[in-house]
Amino acid sequence: MTENTPENTAPERGMPLWAQITIWSVLIALLVVIFMGLQRAQEGHVQTGAETGEFDFTMPLFEGYEYEGLQEISLVELRGKVVVLNFWASWCVTCKDEAVELEEAWRHYQPDGEVIFIGVDYVDTEPEARGYLKQYDITYPNGPDMGTKISQAFRIQGVPETYFLDRNGVVQHVQLGPFQSTAQILAVVESLLAE
Amino acid sequence: MKKLYPLFLFVILLSLFSVGSVAAQDGGGTGVSDDEVNLIAHELFCPVCENTPLDVCETQACKQWRELIRLKLSEGWTEKEIKQYFVDNYGARVLAEPPAEGFYLLVYFVPPIVILAGLFILFRAFRQWKKNDKDQVDIQIAEANSTSSSDTNDEYIARLEEEMRKRD
Repeated sequence: MTENTPENTAPERGMPLWAQITIWSVLIALLVVIFMGLQRAQEGHVQTGAETGEFDFTMPLFEGYEYEGLQEISLVELRGKVVVLNFWASWCVTCKDEAVELEEAWRHYQPDGEVIFIGVDYVDTEPEARGYLKQYDITYPNGPDMGTKISQAFRIQGVPETYFLDRNGVVQHVQLGPFQSTAQILAVVESLLAE
Repeated sequence: MKKLYPLFLFVILLSLFSVGSVAAQDGGGTGVSDDEVNLIAHELFCPVCENTPLDVCETQACKQWRELIRLKLSEGWTEKEIKQYFVDNYGARVLAEPPAEGFYLLVYFVPPIVILAGLFILFRAFRQWKKNDKDQVDIQIAEANSTSSSDTNDEYIARLEEEMRKRD
């Protein structure tokens, strides 16, 4: 008589090695993707000291807001100038609070050509954007952030946000929210020109 | 009273015309109704208001987007063309149903894979629990048999020893 003990039963076949490898690979890949997403979400906006060479962009410009007759502007070609990069939108209420100040500052520096202001229109509709530019008599180069690529590169958290880049394309100051006065903008630009 | 019928008729006709003029104004004079706009807006998401479909979003940005849809529809654009315009301008993330390409493929592949993997793990776990229960029962039966056999043997030996002692 044979006793029915676990030792006498046939050993159960485990999962094939290829299946185990596949499952673990998929799980690890998923974890990596989730981790990268969380890390990016935690990073916040581009910090001072960041070199924009890693995410240079070319932006088309609205008609009437060209730069030196060009239909688009490339950040890498602006090396040697101080760049004031302002993210805005026509639906943004607080952007209106600084529109006049930004234009005033631009007109202050425009004759020398050492400083360039660029308006990046974030998630906006063109008719309203044009209306906004006309309303505040804005004259510096402005264009739409096509595909939100520029705002994603700078990881903006909202609008308005303004990034001041030195002559080497390094972020030296970040302004979250609107400027309180023209003098505030001039002070930052002057510090960069003095470098 | 019958003299008043023409007057009633006139008032009714006038009211119909007034309703007609209100309906015509629906859509800012573009001739495109809110329903037509919302049909497309329902399949779009504004990046500013994440997780809120464009047709029910009440921010200024979303209102402007809906007006843009209305404008494009009045210009004769198709739904496909309008969606493509939004993708070109704001990126593929505005689509409620992302395109099945590149990184967005994960959206289509990961959930079914996770569900299948979960079902497989559950199936294996249940089978393992069932097997463990069966093994446990087998062990208990074996132990019981062993104990009972041992008891019988002990009793037999005791009786044998008793018999031997009597003979001595």
